[in-house]
Amino acid sequence: MTAVVRKELVSYFSSLLAYVVVALFLAVSGFYFYSNLSFFLLSGGYDLTRGLWQYQLLDMRQYMLTLLPLLTMRLFAEERRLGTLELLWTYPLRDVEIVLGKYAAALLVLLLMLAGTLLYPLLLLPAGASLPIGAMAAGYLGLFLLGAAFLSCGILISALTDSQVLAAAVTYSVLLVFWALTWNEAAVGAPVLWLLRQLSLFDRLYPFLRGGIDTADVSYLLLFSAVFVTWTVQCLGARRWRGVK
Amino acid sequence: MIQVCHLTKRFGDFTAVDDVSFTVEPGECVGFLGPNGSGKTTTMRVIAGIFPPSSGTVRVGGYDVRREAGAARRRLGYFPENAPFYPEMSVEEYLAFVARAKRLAAGRRRAHVAGALAACGLAGVRRRLIGKLSKGYRQRVGLSQALLGDPEVLVLDEATSGLDPGQVAEIRELVKSLRGRRTIVFSSHILSEVSQVAGRVVIIDGGRLVAEDSPAGLAARLAGARTLWVRADVAPAELLTAIAGVDGVERAEEVDGRIRLVVADEDVVARVSRRVTQRRWVILELRREELSLEDIFLRLVRDASRAPGGDAREGRP
Repeated sequence: MTAVVRKELVSYFSSLLAYVVVALFLAVSGFYFYSNLSFFLLSGGYDLTRGLWQYQLLDMRQYMLTLLPLLTMRLFAEERRLGTLELLWTYPLRDVEIVLGKYAAALLVLLLMLAGTLLYPLLLLPAGASLPIGAMAAGYLGLFLLGAAFLSCGILISALTDSQVLAAAVTYSVLLVFWALTWNEAAVGAPVLWLLRQLSLFDRLYPFLRGGIDTADVSYLLLFSAVFVTWTVQCLGARRWRGVK
Repeated sequence: MIQVCHLTKRFGDFTAVDDVSFTVEPGECVGFLGPNGSGKTTTMRVIAGIFPPSSGTVRVGGYDVRREAGAARRRLGYFPENAPFYPEMSVEEYLAFVARAKRLAAGRRRAHVAGALAACGLAGVRRRLIGKLSKGYRQRVGLSQALLGDPEVLVLDEATSGLDPGQVAEIRELVKSLRGRRTIVFSSHILSEVSQVAGRVVIIDGGRLVAEDSPAGLAARLAGARTLWVRADVAPAELLTAIAGVDGVERAEEVDGRIRLVVADEDVVARVSRRVTQRRWVILELRREELSLEDIFLRLVRDASRAPGGDAREGRP
């Protein structure tokens, strides 16, 4: 599995994709940080130390949705298009190692993205701000788990096609549906809304941002990722009866 | 060695390979021939462990490709058609990845990569990106990943397709140099190439084994009906009437000023020559037509489709 992780990291960085995605994420989150900070300083009255980070992490979530499908779109679609997937299958690697290796590489880039944004709170320290370490840690954990769920969805869709563009477009659509599930509370009855709330990926993030780590939310996000990764492994296994293409 | 035993591979309702059996002995190089869509690549993919057989067994180095997949794959190097590659990786980075993926011992990886680079003449371009290399070099990169780790079995699918004649010769020499120590299956649709590299040929068509023999043996088996070409210093029509009646001539016709004879056996040559000289004509040409491998191939494939599953399917001689 480490062979696949290393190979994917080499590809991410030598194709510049990882640099571009991380740099864009840091630049745009930096802008969010600047505008959120200005908003809190100008309007005042809010709980600056806690409220600011909730806004900031919520904004970063939005941008993660934009960028993460770009990290997963090529993982399998490109191997299919090049024909290199066929070669991977002849090495003594199990399908689950191939999938987990690629997934782990994408998770590492996500970690790098998130780690880079820790710079912003550090910038406030010289100004004497106190950081709500516990709440921020919970928020970052939630954001990482949510990102992991995005990536698992993206990797499955990438394994279904040999077109990167199609993989990205479908991933965006699926993730947007998971976001929009609970937008219109008036459109559905109470029991259905309850079910939709359970399924919604994005609603799972709010408790983390408030500083609470609920095992139900953690389990849901982990389960979501596990299910999509398992489907990806099964999807690779379909060559047994469907052939290589 | 490779043992393919009653291999059948189905995709849904489609049977890509139908009850194919053959064995490649240790150190043997076998040519694998068949028209496009014959089940050639599917057979090779089953040997390479890409998907398991629907029924039958395939063993690589004695290990079942389905039940002992890991052990079988460790003994195998595969070169897929079209030599797929990662354009953004350098040759060295790529081989370092393959060395890990093949689970070569950590301490030996560097030596293995250096060995594969040297064997394929890639040492000079090891830091170049594969995507920037010429097609001939990329093909060598494909071969080098198959060779990495010194596997006892090599499965090479159309290793020379899409190359210019010079590059074809280079790759062919490379494959020739690998013979002896390894068990090799080498597929191609260029028959002359297979006959140069392989000691034995397996022909497959419509998912079925059509023939299995040495290139010379195949030619001999099909030479039952021999063709002679005759030309003399006389009008072709006159020559035709003179030799059409020679004992053993089954058919005679004039083609472009020559007489084409289909004869029963070798002795007819002497009788034809005697008849011509009796008439005091001078023989300008008397030649036996050699069946090219293309002719043999087409004839076998045609016979097999005429009598599917019939006696066209031969065992090993």
